[in-house]
This record gives sequence, C-alpha cells and structure tokens, in this order.
Amino acid sequence: MRIGVPREIHPGEKRVATTPDVATELIKMGFDVAIESGAGATASFSDEAYAAAGCEIVASSEALWEQSDLIFKVRAPETTEAALLKKHQTLICFIWPAQNPGLLKQLTASGATVMAMDSVPRISRAQSMDALSSMANIAGYRAVIEAAQHFGRFFTGQITAAGKVPPAKVLVIGAGVAGLAAIGAAKSMGAIVRSFDTRPEVKEQVESMDAEFLMLDFEDEDGSGEGGYAKVMSEEFIKAEMALFAEQAKDVDIIITTALIPGKPAPRLITADMVSSMRDGSVIVDLAAEQGGNCELTEADKVEVRDGVSIIGYTDLPSRLAAQSSQLYGTNLRYLLAELSPEKNGEIDVDMDDEVIRGVTVCKDGETTWPPPAPKLSAAPPKATPEPAPVVVEKKSSMAGPVIAAVVGALALFGLGAVAPASFMAHFTVFVLACFVGYMVIWNVTPALHTPLMSVTNAISSIIVIGALLQISSADSLIMWIAAATVGITAINIAGGFAVTRRMLEMFRK
Amino acid sequence: MNTEGLLTLPEGVITVSYIAATILFILALGGLSNQETSRRGNWYGITGMAVALIATILGVVTANYAILLIALLIGGSIGLVLARRVQMTQMPELVAILHSLVGLAAVAVGFANFMDPKAHFEGVELTIHDIETYLGILIGAVTFSGSVIAFGKLSGRISGKPMLLPARHWLNLALLIGAIWFGREFVLQSAMGGGLNPLIIMTAIALLFGIHMVMAIGGADMPVVVSMLNSYSGWAASATGFMLNNDLLIVTGALVGSSGAILSYIMCRAMNRKFLNVIAGGFGTGGGTVAASGDIEGEIIAIDAHDTATLLANASEVIIVPGYGMAVAQAQHIVYELTSALRNKGVNVRFGIHPVAGRMPGHMNVLLAEAKVPYDIVFEMDEVNEDFPNVDVSIVIGANDIVNPSAQEVPDSPIAGMPVLEVWKGKTTIVLKRSMATGYAGVQNPLFFKENTRMLFGDAKDSLDAVFKAL
Repeated sequence: MRIGVPREIHPGEKRVATTPDVATELIKMGFDVAIESGAGATASFSDEAYAAAGCEIVASSEALWEQSDLIFKVRAPETTEAALLKKHQTLICFIWPAQNPGLLKQLTASGATVMAMDSVPRISRAQSMDALSSMANIAGYRAVIEAAQHFGRFFTGQITAAGKVPPAKVLVIGAGVAGLAAIGAAKSMGAIVRSFDTRPEVKEQVESMDAEFLMLDFEDEDGSGEGGYAKVMSEEFIKAEMALFAEQAKDVDIIITTALIPGKPAPRLITADMVSSMRDGSVIVDLAAEQGGNCELTEADKVEVRDGVSIIGYTDLPSRLAAQSSQLYGTNLRYLLAELSPEKNGEIDVDMDDEVIRGVTVCKDGETTWPPPAPKLSAAPPKATPEPAPVVVEKKSSMAGPVIAAVVGALALFGLGAVAPASFMAHFTVFVLACFVGYMVIWNVTPALHTPLMSVTNAISSIIVIGALLQISSADSLIMWIAAATVGITAINIAGGFAVTRRMLEMFRK
Repeated sequence: MNTEGLLTLPEGVITVSYIAATILFILALGGLSNQETSRRGNWYGITGMAVALIATILGVVTANYAILLIALLIGGSIGLVLARRVQMTQMPELVAILHSLVGLAAVAVGFANFMDPKAHFEGVELTIHDIETYLGILIGAVTFSGSVIAFGKLSGRISGKPMLLPARHWLNLALLIGAIWFGREFVLQSAMGGGLNPLIIMTAIALLFGIHMVMAIGGADMPVVVSMLNSYSGWAASATGFMLNNDLLIVTGALVGSSGAILSYIMCRAMNRKFLNVIAGGFGTGGGTVAASGDIEGEIIAIDAHDTATLLANASEVIIVPGYGMAVAQAQHIVYELTSALRNKGVNVRFGIHPVAGRMPGHMNVLLAEAKVPYDIVFEMDEVNEDFPNVDVSIVIGANDIVNPSAQEVPDSPIAGMPVLEVWKGKTTIVLKRSMATGYAGVQNPLFFKENTRMLFGDAKDSLDAVFKAL
C-alpha cells in the first residue's frame, strides 16, 4: 500500500507527519511512501533526505491525495483537504472529533476510514502510539525554553566574581506529561522547581524529578478522574488552591500552567491580581491557552506584557520544535501502523475487535464510530482500598519467648555447673568465650565475602584432624585405620578449603 | 597426651602452638571483613592450620608416620585438584560436600575414641565424656548426611523440590525421642563397659534425621541450609574437642559454629522468615498457595535485544540485579563485558545483590568477582534500594522472588514482608527470563506486568550476547 504524506497547510504549522528516519522503517514494513515536495522543509527535513530514505517526491498535493491509500497528517484536515478524501482511503491524523463535529460529519460522508491520533486509548499497550503524550512532552520542554527567552536572568544560581546570582524559582501547575517535562527541563537548567496538582498520586512522580510538591491539606479530596486525567474540584478546594497560588505568585519568577480537564474550558487559576503581585520581569507560560487559558490575562498565540510580567499564550509549542515533534509523532504513527499491519506485508487490516484500533477509528464505511466504548483498563491503578489495621496481638507474646528461653538457659547452666567437674567447666568457659569472639568477628564480614567465609570456616573446621592424629598412633589397628581414613578426608578438606578460598579471593579486585 | 612424640615436645610448647593457631584462626575470620585484607586472612588460616598440624604431629603422634603422611598427601592432593577444577557456579555444591567430610570425620573420631581402650574415666566424668562423645557423633552424623543431600540437591542429582512426608513433624519428634532414649541407654551401658550398639543405632537415627531434614527444604532456602550445615560442622568439631579435652578444637569449632549460625540468621532475615520455619521445611505449603495462583491480569510487553541495547545506551544510571538464573546460564562474563562497554560510554552501571540471590550466601558476589567485575560497583540491597527512583534501566537477570513487589504490596502473599530490590521504582525494568514460570516461592510476579517492565525472553547468556552485539 502507498502512504502519502502531504504538506501541512494550516498557517504556522511546521511539523510533518513523517521523517526520513521513520520513512525508512515504514518502507521496511512493506509500504511505499510518497511525500509532497517541501513537506518537511519547515521541520528541517529536505526533499533530498526523503528521497535518500526511499520516498517518492510528489510535486502536487492533489496528485498525492489521489494516488495514496493511506494519508498521514499532523493537523486535522482543512475543508479543502477533507474534500480530497475518497472512499477506499484511510486518513490518520489529529481530528479532535469532540471539538470538530462538522469535520467529523464531512469525513464520515466521504466513506473513508479515519483514525484520530488524539483518541488513542490510555492503556499500557497503546503507550507507544500516544501522540498526545509525545506532544505534551515537547510542549512542556518548549514552555521552559520560551520562559527562559523572556526571562531576563539565569535559571541556575551562580557565585561569580561579579557577585551572587540567585536561582530562578519556577512553579509548574499541573503535573501531567507536559508538567513533568517542564519540571525536568527547568530542573536541568538549574532552577528551583515547585509543582502543584490536584491528584495526590502524582506527588511521587514530582518528587522523583527532584522538584517540591506543594500539598493542600485536603484529606478526602482526590482529583483523579477517568483515564488518569484530572476532574473538577469542590469549591473549598479551589479556594484553598487559589490562596496557595496567590502566595506562590509573590515568590516565584516563572509560572508554567498546564491544567486541563478533558472536555471543559481550562480552569482559571491565575488571576489578574496574582499577575500584578509578581515581580517585574517574571514570566507566565500558559499551556492551556487554546482552551481559554489558566491565566485570566492570557491571549492565545500572543505574548502579553502586563505589569512587567510576560504572559505567553502560544498554542503551537510542539510546532515550534518541529524536527523533534515530527520525529516523535512519526514514530507514534509507525507504531499504530505496526498494529494495523501485524504481518508487516504492506497491507493494513482495520480490526474493529482490537481495543486500540477500535479506539482510534472515528469513522469507517460511512458510519461514525466515535466515541468508542469505554476502555477496559485505565492508566491509573484503581484506588487502593484502605489497608486493614495491622494485627498487634503478635507483639505481646513475642517478649515472653526470649525471657523464658533466658531463664531456662540460665537454670540449665547452673544445673550443669552444680554437677560438672572443674575440668569440664574450664573447657566450657573457653567454649562460651569462643562463641562470643566468633559472634563479634563474623558480624564484621562484608556480605560480598560470605562464600569465601564459608569455605574458609569449612577449612578451619577440619581442625578436627587433631582428634584423628591423637588416635593414629594407637596400637589397635582398627582405630589406627579409622584415624588414617579420617586424616585423609580432613586433608581433602584442609587443602581444598584453603585453596578454593584463595582462588576466590584472588578474583576480588577493584 | 603424655606419650612422647618425635621431638618430645614439652606439653607447654604444644599448648602455646595451639594458642597461636587459635589466634591465627580468629585473625583469619577477621581478615575477611573486607576485600583488601581477605587474602591475608586466608594466609593466617593456612598458617594456623600448619602450626596446629606440625605441633600435633611432632609432639603427640608416636607411631605410624608413614600411614599418616600418605593419608595427608592423598587427601591433600584430592583437595587441591577439586579446588582447581571446580567452577564458580558449582561453589555451593563443593562447600556442601566439604561440610559432609567434616561431619564424617567427627563421626569417625567419635567412634575411634569410644573404642580406644586407653581412655579411662570414672563416675560423673565418664558420664560427661560419654555425653560429649554421643553429641559429637550425633551432630557429625546429621552434618554428614544433611550435607550429602544438600550436595545432591545443589548439583541437581536430587530434585530441588521439598519432599514433604506426611506427619513429618511427628517423624522428626520420634527421631529426636529415639536419639535421646538411645543416648540414655548408651550412657548406662557404657558405665558397664558396653554401649556400642546404642551408639550405632543412634548414628543411624542421626543420619536419617539429616536426610529427612534437608529433603524437606526447598531450593530457594538452600542458602540457609548451606550456612546451617556450616554451623553444624563447627559444633561437631567443638563437641569432639570436649570429648578429647582439646581447647583448640573447642575454640575453632565454636568460631565456625557461630559463623554459620550468624550467616543462617542473616539469610533468614533477608527472606523475612523464622529459622525454625525454614528448618521445618516447605516454602508456602501451609495454605500459602491461596495467593500464589496467577490471578494477576495484565499485559506483558516483550522487547528485543536491539531495543534493549538502545535503552541501555541512552541511560545514565543502570542497575543490574542478578539471580540464580545468571549462574545457571553462566552469563557472568557477558554481563561483565556489557558492563564495561556501558561504563566506557559513561553509563553508571552498578550491581544490586540481594542477600539470598543464588544458592549460598555471597554466591553472586563470587560469580561477579570471577568475571572480574570490580567489587566497588557491586552493592548490597540496602545500599541501592533507595536509588531505584533515579535509575533509568534496571536489568533483572534470572531473578524472580527477590524483585517481587508482592512482598510489599500483597499482605497475604507467601513472601509478604520479605525485603526485596525495588526495581519497579526505576524508569524501566528489563527482565531476562526463560519463560513466564514462577520463582521458587511459586508466586506470580506482578513486576512482569508493570507498565515500565519489558520482558526479554530467552537464555540469559544468549540474550545478553545479542544485546552486547547490538550495542
């Protein structure tokens, strides 16, 4: 089958749906790849690079749409593009069917199969096709870069000959994929990073990135909604949250907001008052600008400067890192194609029983198949039931055991002392002391040397040979032979034990 | 001991030699506290043994030198050949069979001593001496038969599965009562000049007991068994020392005995199990199978060698967790090559060793040392467990139960509470495994179903070879 990759015609869109690297893989899977001339130019992939990877370069967009069985795109098709789609074709790109019902209707009417990369189910198996995560990751990183560009100081703290530079303080609101990527990028540039999220389970993830997680004292409320996304919170919670942001705004230099709730306008988290309370030169990057913005003053696709604070509302952050996002998006597409073409024979099979394929397919054979039935598994584990209170009864009885043992042991020793002759008690003293010496010495042995310890103690325990030596001179020939045999077997032990220990210890080296 | 030896050494000189030997043995054990001094420690041990042997041969032995020397030479050569030939993966077997020799020697010395007409004791002293003889033989016999069975299990000659006889606890109790009763008989008869029959019967009982005890213990508990037998061989030597009124034997035996006991304790603690439960045998047999069934649902994500290599090359922190599977596949050398290749690329590769990984204490360390892995990148569980959240890739090679999150997450799991290496907290875990079979504990491992786990199926050595080539 032939895959066609047209040039993105949306104004400002720099990404492309495949890169030369990905195309090589696609061709390996048995597909032909055709690309519109200049499609990769804005993402720094030349026509020559595609040609070298084995792609056919097609000059006209119409010809490409006409001749391809599969169309790979990034953005949802414009009306003119959608008109080019024919019945037997398959289109894979972002669709956002919930936001674009008109487009969905038009696509359905064409009779083609359309798969929406924004509808990949959030299950483990489909992670490799999760283009939303790929793009969010890039957006988070790019948000920090944009912030750095508008921020007039270093991120990292430094002590220089010309004075001390304090590190920048960054607050990341919403610790999803984009938020975590932003935390990582800001952290690696040396900033002090704090993060807030309504879902308490992400605390560990935030802390694993070495950032500080800001907690609200709300025991009962968990902001985790379906599929690992956040949900709308209660009024008191929002009040407490806003107080926290107001306090943080006075302290931090950069705020990056990534708070989104699926299917709702972005929550308003940063008010105009908070913006004016920030220091001059501070930066806010609003990743929710497309859904109305988390900051009251955000204007989509613009950089607003209010009260000396730059508010960045770009909605095309992935496109601003076009080479990287094209590579990741292209790879997501390749994994989806691998799912569609398990035989790797260059043909696809739209198996509507497969959970992933069912999920992404929004229309097929003239019927709208969106939204899909609910996924069987969610990304976040089900909420753990509170653990049963630990049983403490056991503890009580455990004290009695050692005490009884000690008393019995002491009585036995006294009993022994009462009847045993002095010579025995002398040996017994030596024995007990030796046990203690052994106890003290052995605890110092490093665990790495436990095997050599065992072989050396084994060699040493063949000191029992002394017993045989005492008997070997016996006149009784039976005793003599027993003793000789004993000397023989202990000699095996002595020589073998020490030699193998030596061999092992020779191996331990730095 | 008053008989005159070759050089007629005064008794004081012999005693001083024994004291020197004792001190050298203690220094030998102390030397093992770290790798730098360990080789010196071994030499202390050899010197101590030589001093003790020479003093005894010169001072005590009066006849039969030829036989003595021949026996020493034959035994010594066999020992040296064994030590040279043995492969590091077979160390547990070798140690087990060597333990059995100490047990056998204790039995032989005990019998010879009992039959020796020279010894004369009266009254309480005779009773105590008899009890000492009896105990020496008893412990020696248990050590002997137990070690032979352990050897069989470790070398695969006997199935590693626990053999659980019905009413095995009652059987053990019967054997114990039998041993005590025959002990009483022995002491009574010995006072009248007899006693050989009860002694022989008791020896048979002790041998049976040793066999039965080790047969009932599963393969995963072998580290405990090996260290326990190590301990027994020490106690046997100590009991023999009491019998012969020889402080050198008493002290040395006590050192070895407590060493083995501490190792057993460390191993049990590493598995969060009580020593008695291990000895009583059978892992997870008391209804623990309820949680053992594979009721974990989830997706397994396989990975190939090429992708593994890419992951590793792009990582900055890697921890390798080896298990018995690495020993079986003899994969330690390729592990080292992989490690040095990655370290040359600037990847920080370390090893995390669980105390009970392998079949005897420290088994993994010895294998890695054999493959020349520098010991300063080999860490204990407690040293690396906190680092896992910062680890990019953990590689689990042929280990299962020691990386099982159920130990922490499932309260009714048979391995609940056992300390484990928390590999799942890292970014990605690659598990090398031959199949989806469970570990020795028979518990399904939810680690394999985690989102950040990738399974690399196949023989560990072949898989790692492929990864190394792809790198």
